[in-house]
Amino acid sequence: MNWMIVLPVLLVLAGLRFVKPSMLGWAAAWWIAVWIIMDFGFAVPVPKSVVKEFLGIVTLALAAYVSSDPQRWAEVRDPMVAFLTERRHLPLLGLVAVAIPAAVAASIYLEMTAPAQAPTFGRTVHPAPPATLTVHDVTHDMQTLDNPLRSLETSDPEAFAAHLEEGRRIYYENCFYCHGDLMQGAGMFAHALNPIPTNFQDSGTIAMLQESFLFWRVAKGGPGLPEEGGPWMSAMPAWEQFLSEEEMWEVILFLYEFTEQRPRALHAASGGEGH
Amino acid sequence: MKKSHLLIGLVVLLALGGVAAELATFMDERLAYSSPLAADAEHAAEPTPRELALEAQAAAQAEEDANRPYEEEEYRAFPKIGSRVAVWMVAQLHLLFAAFVLAVPMFALIIEFIGYKSGDKRYDDLAYEFTKLLSTSFSFTATLGALLTFLLVALYPKFMNYLMHVFSPTFLPYTLLFFFEAIFLYSYYYGWHAFSKRVHLLLGLALNLVGTAIMFIANAWLTFMTTPAGISSTGARISTWEAVTNYTWMPINIHRIIANVAFGGSIAAAYAAFQFLKAKTPEERAHYDWMGYIGNFVAIAALLPLPFAGYWLASEIYAFSQTMGLTMMGGAFSWLFIIQAILIGNLFLAANYYLWLGMGRIEGAERFRSYIKYLLIVITGCFLVWATPRSILATVGEVQAMGGSSHPALGFLGVMSAKNTAVNLLILTTYVSFLLYRRSGRIPTVAWAKLGNIVQFAIFAVAASTVLFFGIYGYFVEAAVRIKFSIPQVLSVLVAMVAVTVIDIFLLRGAKETETRWGQISNTSQYVLIFLAVTFTWLMGLMGYVRSGLRQHWHVYGVIRDTSPDAYTPTLGFATQVVSVTVLIFFGFIGVVFWLASLGGSHGSEDEAAVTSPSLAEGET
Repeated sequence: MNWMIVLPVLLVLAGLRFVKPSMLGWAAAWWIAVWIIMDFGFAVPVPKSVVKEFLGIVTLALAAYVSSDPQRWAEVRDPMVAFLTERRHLPLLGLVAVAIPAAVAASIYLEMTAPAQAPTFGRTVHPAPPATLTVHDVTHDMQTLDNPLRSLETSDPEAFAAHLEEGRRIYYENCFYCHGDLMQGAGMFAHALNPIPTNFQDSGTIAMLQESFLFWRVAKGGPGLPEEGGPWMSAMPAWEQFLSEEEMWEVILFLYEFTEQRPRALHAASGGEGH
Repeated sequence: MKKSHLLIGLVVLLALGGVAAELATFMDERLAYSSPLAADAEHAAEPTPRELALEAQAAAQAEEDANRPYEEEEYRAFPKIGSRVAVWMVAQLHLLFAAFVLAVPMFALIIEFIGYKSGDKRYDDLAYEFTKLLSTSFSFTATLGALLTFLLVALYPKFMNYLMHVFSPTFLPYTLLFFFEAIFLYSYYYGWHAFSKRVHLLLGLALNLVGTAIMFIANAWLTFMTTPAGISSTGARISTWEAVTNYTWMPINIHRIIANVAFGGSIAAAYAAFQFLKAKTPEERAHYDWMGYIGNFVAIAALLPLPFAGYWLASEIYAFSQTMGLTMMGGAFSWLFIIQAILIGNLFLAANYYLWLGMGRIEGAERFRSYIKYLLIVITGCFLVWATPRSILATVGEVQAMGGSSHPALGFLGVMSAKNTAVNLLILTTYVSFLLYRRSGRIPTVAWAKLGNIVQFAIFAVAASTVLFFGIYGYFVEAAVRIKFSIPQVLSVLVAMVAVTVIDIFLLRGAKETETRWGQISNTSQYVLIFLAVTFTWLMGLMGYVRSGLRQHWHVYGVIRDTSPDAYTPTLGFATQVVSVTVLIFFGFIGVVFWLASLGGSHGSEDEAAVTSPSLAEGET
């Protein structure tokens, strides 16, 4: 958080208890406070789409609060009605009447003169895998496919450790250039890629997935991404062209081991019943 | 500049323009095509080569038509909007009316039974008024069902042939049940004052059983398409029973029963709101205010367990196929769940708002007003969490600043642990709002009232802590364990609601009741009821699309491929437009239903209103 901004805003909100503004002022203060915190209060800026979404929800909530009680509603409505109808507010009302279109014009001007940017798009994190996967001429059913080396973890720990070590070698020979030595998606090539490589340390990535999913992504890379749900942008090579099947399973073991995550288990009742 | 210069300039300009036009015309004539045959008068009567070719083509076509063998068509096209959109819209409209027709008898029967047991005629009249909406709706349902069937047979003949191959044994029972539903529905409605109460209640029960059975059969067809069972790998039928009891059949059955009640309650409440807004007398306002309150109570009571049923359905889909699960929650359809979150958040907010507005008509509710802001803070917080996307819509610059498509701080709110916690707390808070509303008109008189309040508070605190604990702990365990955390979260909320309700019933026995001024509520509250109905409908359309669209390019997932021109997933924007237009059409139809229902009740309405208006000093819940 950007505490230099958040703390003063929180202090102002706390101070409202002593100042006791009108309901309209109170609602406006809360709305502005939320906007400042969302737009400027985070060390890593929050995307505009989320700021707008949050402000929309907060607007609804504030509207519900001020209008759920006749007295509160009167406190909001009366000053606005007075402002719009009483003669003494005429100069200010005129100013507002000019300010609104001026603000719209300014907003349009700013938008039209903003530097050109690539269009916004919604990237989905986990593309849907195919039902079957053919790697090195062997077709696998994705419903039942599991890491053949995983069972060694309990049955033969020594062999498992050897495969892990092999996975480590493969990772640092091939993967770390993009995914980084800490698997945070910050390798030396990462800055040239857009979007940047996946951060495996994030609990929302490989920990959410079965090993078969990783096998598919490693084997087929960017070229193997499905058409639906595009646009996909990935510089990931199809590693089946460079690695054997066992090597790909080994590197997957290493990804989980290094990040101290566990793969999502195959569902006990997984798979269609009749086909 | 002199005027003469200006004049000369204009003349020169006009002259130049004239020369340019002449030149253009001359060049056009020079370059224009002229047929060498046209110049020759003696060839003018003979057909041109083009005419000869057209004649030959027509003759060849006629010969081909005469010898064309019969071929079964796979697909036929619907003009303009295409087959998929046509079937999609009609199916959705049919489903919305069917949901309403199935739901209203459920709560009408319960309300009638309450009236029968308590001897309070108001409940009986209210149940009758709800039932008035049924007859027209039933006709609409049947007509739309027939239209859907014709469209499917006409536009997807080969696929329908396949479905008949698997499900033909279910068609006759379905038709028979439909026949019985018509008999029970009309005898339930027209026989309201003709049969004895017990017989009438039995008719209502039979209507509900038959209606539910019909839905179960139809659910088998559509769930089979998503999670097929009872067939060979090439689609040959092995067992119709297995095809019926496929993987998602029972989750859909349960989910739809609950959702239908929520939807039906909200539509009935919207009807009451419509009548309230055009009411002319205080008695009418009081009556329809009460009716709207009951309808909304039914809708919200059903909404509370609905997310649990939805979660079960989603987890079953994931269990059947990781591909479909990921398409739904992490892939192409995941964005629709953000829209879903916003709609459901609005539903909860609006439902609470209606209760808070309703407190205005209860004497003594002032003492609870100060709690509203705390409830609102929790609801807003949960709403924000639920609507936070894991993968954020962002510009390239924003993505680079975040270091990925999820925000380093807000990204934590985008995963299931946070979502489950938010929805459970939302449900709990809505229940607290309802409890405060219920308490507003009643002051407990039992000796242990203080202790009862403390115990109720403790139960809420334990439930909320349990939900929060598992929500936070979920971040530190693997996915397989985290998924199971939803069970204690849900159970703690359900147990808390049941326990607090039981305590409350005993706590308020013999309570001192204050005046409830039915009808004395702002018009805003009635618009909230209409908003709730529209939002429920929209949500049903949206989630219906997700369930059906998940199959992507399959008619029957993994077995029968969709090879029609529509075998692609439409853009999210297009899908939401189709859903929105369908919702608008539905409300056009439902407006007709409301209008017809109001015509039926208009004669003698004054007497009726006088009879059915709740006492202005009752504290109904």
